[in-house]
Amino acid sequence: MEQKETLVMEQMEIDPEKNALELKNIKKSFNGDISFKLNKGENLVVLGKSGSGKSVLIKCIVRLIETDSGEILVFGKNVSSLEAEELNITRKKIGFLFQSGALYDSMSVRENLEFPLRDKKNLSENDITAMVEASLSDVGLSDVIDKMPSELSGGMRKRLGLARTMILKPDIMLYDEPTTGLDPITSKEISKLILEVQKKNRTSSIIITHDVECAKITANRIIVIKDGLIAAEGTFSELLKSEDEWIRSFFE
Amino acid sequence: MINKSNTFKFPHTKERLLNSIGNFFNEIANLTGFAGRFFKELFKPGFEFNEFLKQSYLIGCKSIALVGITGFIMGLVLTIQSRPTLVQFGAESWLPAMVSVSIIREIGPVITALICAGKVGSGIGAELASMKVTEQIDAMEVTGMNPFRYLVVTRIMAATLMLPLLVILSDVIALYGSFIGVNLQGDVSFHLFFTQVIEKISFMDLLPAFFKTFFFGFAIGLIGCYKGYNSDKGTEGVGKSANSAVVYASLLVFIIDMMAVQITSLFI
Repeated sequence: MEQKETLVMEQMEIDPEKNALELKNIKKSFNGDISFKLNKGENLVVLGKSGSGKSVLIKCIVRLIETDSGEILVFGKNVSSLEAEELNITRKKIGFLFQSGALYDSMSVRENLEFPLRDKKNLSENDITAMVEASLSDVGLSDVIDKMPSELSGGMRKRLGLARTMILKPDIMLYDEPTTGLDPITSKEISKLILEVQKKNRTSSIIITHDVECAKITANRIIVIKDGLIAAEGTFSELLKSEDEWIRSFFE
Repeated sequence: MINKSNTFKFPHTKERLLNSIGNFFNEIANLTGFAGRFFKELFKPGFEFNEFLKQSYLIGCKSIALVGITGFIMGLVLTIQSRPTLVQFGAESWLPAMVSVSIIREIGPVITALICAGKVGSGIGAELASMKVTEQIDAMEVTGMNPFRYLVVTRIMAATLMLPLLVILSDVIALYGSFIGVNLQGDVSFHLFFTQVIEKISFMDLLPAFFKTFFFGFAIGLIGCYKGYNSDKGTEGVGKSANSAVVYASLLVFIIDMMAVQITSLFI
């Protein structure tokens, strides 16, 4: 475990002076009042039981769901008050890996990866092909470029989803349950991949999960949500020693 | 004496009726808003031409066989069914003219539109609903894309432009079916049959019939997209969207047809 933590610390260059993202008093149907900051270069894991509103929280960040109140600041801009065009520009700085992968079923792997690049008018066909191949290589899927998503396994779909998200080189990554539905070995591979990709692209990430192993591998800091409120915050080893039995039991 | 506990009672009938009326108007308002957004997005720069071509192929080319077979049977059956009545009045020679006017003015466009409401409307409804359920539409949105322009505008435009072409095809094949129907119990040459058809069809038969098919196509595309794009979450929503897309699109085809007939009658 120590080895893993050392690995994590080596990879991150966290700048606590600079916030990539800040949530101020966010209220939504999960009855919470949640505030936290995501430092630049940080991997923040949000842990909590199913139905505690973790996924809703990150969907609020990209405004797929509107908050009832509160402010979400992405690089200082309040997302809630942005007009459509400005919101789209801000969204391009944020990558979102959906729980299901959300791959476009009617498109091949190549087309799935090309799709987010269609707005980039300055890219030539060769540039796009090179970017697609590099992204697939990053996630170890170079040999499936002409397959359809339905031909891929669960783990491969997650990797492909990650490659598609990373192809736009976002500054902030939001992962919604990246290891759900995967076997322990594949889960570990995905968790490590998240670290690798983050190191390469120097992103700040929020990882929503209830998989403690994933949190152990990826987190610089962990927030635990209970009953719609932040019940605890700290590093993995700090939370492991928590005096709150509920939090300790979560990690055990 | 009637046992009251055994008598069936509609639960809260008045409230349910009021709710249904409210929901109906709510749905009309939402559909109007959806159509308004379509026109707004349509005239913005950056039309997704490749996706439009793909959808035109899927809606148009992939429906040719179905529309063709239906058209052929329609022409054949209409001819066979009409013959005995015309024979009674000694008007058998009017068969090609009567069948062709029926097909071109009414039956061809409406039957083709209903076939397309079933095939295309349900297809679009189910496709968009499943994209919604599996978060594919959300995935487009978070990458800063405009899924409405990519998915909805292209499909509605493709349906609007492909349906008239399918109706023309259906009409031509139906007339051919009619020619075969006439020849099952008679002997009319191909040239004579189509000379009679062309003689009896005026410009005012063709134009309104052709013009209304654009509205049929628009209605089918619009309803399919509306039902799919606004589908409830869950797999149940996919089935519901596909089903209601067919029902509402078919209903709208009849309503448009009725309006078209009324408007046409003002000019003829």
